[in-house]
Amino acid sequence: MMPRPIRAACRWAWLLPLWLMLWLMLWAPSLSAQEAPLQQVLQGVQAEVANPSRRTVPAVLSALMDADLEATPAFLRAWSEREVVQRPEDGLFFIARDGEGRAVTLIDIDTGAEVATVTSRDVTQIRPNAGVRSEIAAALVRFELSSPDPARRIAATEAIARSPDPGQIPLLRAAIGEEPDPAIRARKERLLAILTARFGTGPERIAAIEALAGDVGTEARGVLNQILQTRSEHAPALPEGANIARVLTVGVDIDPLRAHARLAADGLVDPRPGRTAIRDALRANVEDGAVGGIPVHQLTTEDARRAAWRALEAEGRVPPLPTEAEMRAAVDAVVFFDRYQEDDPAVTDAARAALDSTRTRVGLFQALNLSLEALSLASIFFLGAIGLAITFGVMRVINMAHGEFIMMGAYTGYVVQTLIPGHTLSLAVALPLAFAVTFAAGVAMERLVIRHLYTRPLETLLATFGISIALQQLAKNIFGPQARPLTAPDWLAGAIRINDIASISTIRVAIFVMAVLFLLLLLYILNRTRLGLEVRAVTQNPGMAASMGINPDRINMLTFGLGSGIAGTAGVAIGLFAQVTSEMGANYIVQSFMTVVVGGVGSVFGTLAGAGLIGFLQKGIEWFNPANTLAAQTWMVLFIILFIQFRPRGIIALKGRAAGD
Amino acid sequence: MADTPRRSVLRDHPSVLWFMALLGVFTLAVSILAEGFGLGVISTSLVKVLGMTLCLCLLAVAMDVVWGYCGILSLGHFAFFGLGGYAIGMWLMYARTEILVRESLAAGTIPPTEAEVAEATAAQIFGVVGSSELPAIWSFAHSLPAQLALVVLVPGLLALVFGWLAFRSRVTGVYLSILTQAMTLALALHLFQNDSGLRGNNGLSGLQNIPGALDVPQSVIAMWFFWASALALGLGYLAFAWVVSGKFGSVIRAIRDNEARVRFLGYNVEGYKLFVFTLTAVIAGIAGALYYPQAGIINPAQVAPIASIYLAVWVAIGGRGRLYGAVIGAAVVSLLSSWFTGGGAPNIDLGFYRIVWTDWWQVILGLGFVLVTLFFPRGIGGLFDWLVRKQ
Repeated sequence: MMPRPIRAACRWAWLLPLWLMLWLMLWAPSLSAQEAPLQQVLQGVQAEVANPSRRTVPAVLSALMDADLEATPAFLRAWSEREVVQRPEDGLFFIARDGEGRAVTLIDIDTGAEVATVTSRDVTQIRPNAGVRSEIAAALVRFELSSPDPARRIAATEAIARSPDPGQIPLLRAAIGEEPDPAIRARKERLLAILTARFGTGPERIAAIEALAGDVGTEARGVLNQILQTRSEHAPALPEGANIARVLTVGVDIDPLRAHARLAADGLVDPRPGRTAIRDALRANVEDGAVGGIPVHQLTTEDARRAAWRALEAEGRVPPLPTEAEMRAAVDAVVFFDRYQEDDPAVTDAARAALDSTRTRVGLFQALNLSLEALSLASIFFLGAIGLAITFGVMRVINMAHGEFIMMGAYTGYVVQTLIPGHTLSLAVALPLAFAVTFAAGVAMERLVIRHLYTRPLETLLATFGISIALQQLAKNIFGPQARPLTAPDWLAGAIRINDIASISTIRVAIFVMAVLFLLLLLYILNRTRLGLEVRAVTQNPGMAASMGINPDRINMLTFGLGSGIAGTAGVAIGLFAQVTSEMGANYIVQSFMTVVVGGVGSVFGTLAGAGLIGFLQKGIEWFNPANTLAAQTWMVLFIILFIQFRPRGIIALKGRAAGD
Repeated sequence: MADTPRRSVLRDHPSVLWFMALLGVFTLAVSILAEGFGLGVISTSLVKVLGMTLCLCLLAVAMDVVWGYCGILSLGHFAFFGLGGYAIGMWLMYARTEILVRESLAAGTIPPTEAEVAEATAAQIFGVVGSSELPAIWSFAHSLPAQLALVVLVPGLLALVFGWLAFRSRVTGVYLSILTQAMTLALALHLFQNDSGLRGNNGLSGLQNIPGALDVPQSVIAMWFFWASALALGLGYLAFAWVVSGKFGSVIRAIRDNEARVRFLGYNVEGYKLFVFTLTAVIAGIAGALYYPQAGIINPAQVAPIASIYLAVWVAIGGRGRLYGAVIGAAVVSLLSSWFTGGGAPNIDLGFYRIVWTDWWQVILGLGFVLVTLFFPRGIGGLFDWLVRKQ
């Protein structure tokens, strides 16, 4: 016999699993109170989460909002995307990730850790409807907008800017109050103004529009322009109370034929058949080789076809052809006007005023941007021409292979880049190496060819042209016909943005800096060093220089090498933004010669002035016709031809003995 | 110069007779051997190449007169050549397209009106550049006489205006070369634009089909153009030989040698230079008008500055200051170029390296220019002088 209490325990022993289960169910939530806070919050509103409806979802969201947990946004996103499942045994929620076949991996909503893999039949997918999902999305935005992480707050703000909708206005307004960071706060306020200007109503909207005055950003101006959009309408009389942008006068603002066609399109008058319509109608009415009694072969003029139409008209087979007077009367009977899509005149007036106030600033910034572009183009021209300023400007050698030295420098940069990892280091190696390579090539060319042709300057053109095409083909044979990349280091990749209108890429700034450095270096060499002194002496009077103990041969060789070396170094810079091909030099040669000639042969400052003039001129012409760079180049070359008529010796003409001839 | 100029030319330049005789024999030989009317030994495409070479020779002769005799290194004469080609190409393309359009429209139940034909033709020609309007410069494209006049007028007027501007402000030597190169560049850039009215990058094509002779086989058309080219070269050579002989020739050679001195002697140097520049431009235009119907296509790349430099190099290789030198230079270099780059030359396998001539020809050509400039400043024509002296 067992003791009584034990017997009683045995009697209830079959209930033990149940007890265990009950204990587990009570214990498990108590565990998640410390380690799974989100799960606990959700268990508190389990039914509403599992079967969400538009009516019940605010309770869930406010509970989540109050808890303010880190894992909430990820859960909300998953919930809205229908990726949340509930395990029926314990009612816990998981994020499900689809595995192979019907397998589903359950992910803990708090920790993001994988919990178990089950089949999709073991869990219940929660499917919120569209209404619920939009509520969730709004809550998500609210969460992100006031997230503790500034990067996520910025991301949320930009997300609103990308796809604005009126529902975001209150969210944004609420988020501004809590924003600690002044920069993000300013961004949010601006975005709020833009959203209010677009979707708001009444005085609030007008205030927002007025706040946008002076904002040169694309977003702000885009909203203002959108408010000012019009549609073309017509009516017997100007409608009362309509917000009308302008009334169109027929014959001045709108072509009478087009006005008539607009009436016809609205079914107010019969359309006037065009040439094609007449032809098609006649084609459809050919009988026995004639239309309306006129033989087909005579219908080769407009008048004959019109006559045939009239004949058909008399038979009632085609609609009557409206006369000029009828058309005019129909058009005169109505008013054509452009009407704002926005009905409130106060709004459009405010928008127009705001847009007008930005016009001057926009113009100024556009001019600034244009100047920056022109400056960068001028730097490129300068870089291309500066080597020529020495070989052609100082030595008067027409070096048609100058462009190939630029190409050689660029290919040197490419080869160095393939050998040395790290774009910064390889660039630092490539610049002096390109100088060395092209200096050597220049010296070799001077010794072998040009030295023999100093008395025949025009023939250096032929010989160097021969070298030019030979070098081009050699480069093509070695490196192949395709373009080779010369990649700039990362720190040169971005752009310096002043605002939405004016910006310049960093690489162009670097090229500008490089052009300035080259200019200073060259001026220093020519004016402050012994070599420069001797170069100037030899170019002005070789005989006298020689009698003073200068070796003209050596100086000519070094000068030519210097000019070629500078071209090669410039080639690395040019290769950074243009493609490195065997023909790249040929693209620069004609322009480089023009730069030197326009600037004034024999003067480094002249080349600078020439590059500046050509760069600004080309950008200036492009401004009138932005789509067509080719046209700008054409006009620029024509201008240069005319310019040389009036200043044949260029902008900075040497005077006296230095001018030589 | 009281005696007839014709006799004086031949007396001063016995080479003219030799050249005429050689040209005549060559033309006869090709006519007999060609497919069109003769034995068929020479293919039609080769006849076209030879005819085109004759046109290039005429262009080189013009270049020689302006550079070798008058000392103006123009880097724009290939542009004038191209303009002549464009002028005739406009008629060829328009007239042929109009014929095709009429044929297709005639299939309809009602015959087309003139306006419909013009519209459809314009749409057909300019569809590639996304337009269907006929630009204003095509106003005369329907008329052969008008376009033939433009072949002469467009290069002539351009050269006249440009030369007047340039010579008036005493732009000489290297500067003039660069200025003419700038003109060529501006023209090429303009033609590259789609809205230039000349089909931009696509250029004009189908020029080998001659309207009014669409049923004539190409072998016969090739012969017509070959004869026309030979005739043009013969007449052009004769005309230039006459120009460069006598007093006029002496003056322009003197301008080449010392411009200032000629001016101080009281000659209107600018007038002489302008005349030579314009005349050679007109001849270049005519040569182009004969060349491009044989080539079949013209596009802006043909007008690019590099083509004009090549032209100067041909003349330099052939020998400046002698007309036959220009002909030799143009014929030799252009025929060799097309033989090598066209894959005509057999590749040589060295075991360790395979010499592909299409890859190496340009290198050889470039180095050849350098060697000729350095060691044979008188070019191939200089060899004749040497032979004559030896005798």
